[in-house]
Amino acid sequence: MKKLESNFKNMVLVLSSITLFAALALGSVYTLTKDPIAVSKMAKQQNAIKDVLPPFDHFDLKAIEVNDGVEILKVYKAYDKRNVFVGAAVESSSNNGFSGKISLMVGFDKAGAIVNYSVLEQKETPGLGAKMLNWFKTNNKNQSILGKNPATANLSVSKDGGEIDAITAATISSRAFLFAVRNAYAAYCQNSDNQRCDSIKVK
Amino acid sequence: MNNSKLKIILNGLVTENPTFVLILGMCPTLATTSSAINGMSMGLATLFVLVGSNMAIALLKNVIPDKVRIPAYVVVIATFVSIVEMTMQAYLPALYESLGIFIPLIVVNCIVLGRAEAFAAKNTVFDSFLDGLGIGLGFTFALTLLGAIRELLGTGKTLGMIVFPEHYGMLIFVLAPGAFIALGYLIAAFNRLKKTN
Repeated sequence: MKKLESNFKNMVLVLSSITLFAALALGSVYTLTKDPIAVSKMAKQQNAIKDVLPPFDHFDLKAIEVNDGVEILKVYKAYDKRNVFVGAAVESSSNNGFSGKISLMVGFDKAGAIVNYSVLEQKETPGLGAKMLNWFKTNNKNQSILGKNPATANLSVSKDGGEIDAITAATISSRAFLFAVRNAYAAYCQNSDNQRCDSIKVK
Repeated sequence: MNNSKLKIILNGLVTENPTFVLILGMCPTLATTSSAINGMSMGLATLFVLVGSNMAIALLKNVIPDKVRIPAYVVVIATFVSIVEMTMQAYLPALYESLGIFIPLIVVNCIVLGRAEAFAAKNTVFDSFLDGLGIGLGFTFALTLLGAIRELLGTGKTLGMIVFPEHYGMLIFVLAPGAFIALGYLIAAFNRLKKTN
């Protein structure tokens, strides 16, 4: 078969039919993968919530949204079997990371102490800022934020007068991380049944 | 399989290895090889796109008028890339996140367009399939090797298993400069080996 001539009619016809076929192929793949994508995103978020909460029976699937003027934080409240408030998981984020947005899920118990956290999204430098995945959970010197209550503990890096040791050589990432944690606490305070919750100053 | 077919595959793996000989596709090569697994996945994703687009273009080579061949190739390639992207997002979400922006960027990976223009547009469907396979395997091999070396020297792990404690690792190999250094030595070693054989 000889190659088609490059006249206007051929070019329009061929390019249109190729794009049409491409569109059809993409449309069908999209339909096939739409549900698995939604399921895996959902599962990731649900697992993060379950990981950070204190022992609980059930939690609100629908988040309470808190707008702090910069971004929207999501608070998921958790209850025990008798429907008593046991704590909450807060999805919070900061845009001041070394390489952009860091988003976290932070869990608080009913007294406001941090139970656990999980990093949902970060693009920090591997080997430096990316260590935040475990750094602030590791019980070594003043690294860990677990069990600390932002109402009584100053959760900022020691360089800024706080009591948390920043990740070695990644102060910017650590600052952004702790900023998101403090914001999460502020959002938690607005939505908890905790009376002792002092509103902390978000620096 | 006769000799000429085998030659097409070996051509991609060794003689014209896209990373070590043609030095093409450097952006994903340097950026995604922070671990062996990441490098290998990036290579396999590119392999799939290469095989698919090579075959489709070889099939369509006579109906595509010369003047619109580049836009037509790009549409074909972009379609395969989007299919890979959606499939990965659905079934391998963790991997999809660690490769990030580099999956959609396979569209503009010059290896893929280069093989379409240089090989698939002139050869049969089966030969183009073999060429895609060879070049894709060559790229995967190079990325996996580079990823494994960087992972070992940088974090003391091989495929996630600890070989020596992390704090003895040289952090520079996880970062961009280490990628350049490791790649430079690999290219030198590869060409030395090629010369002696």
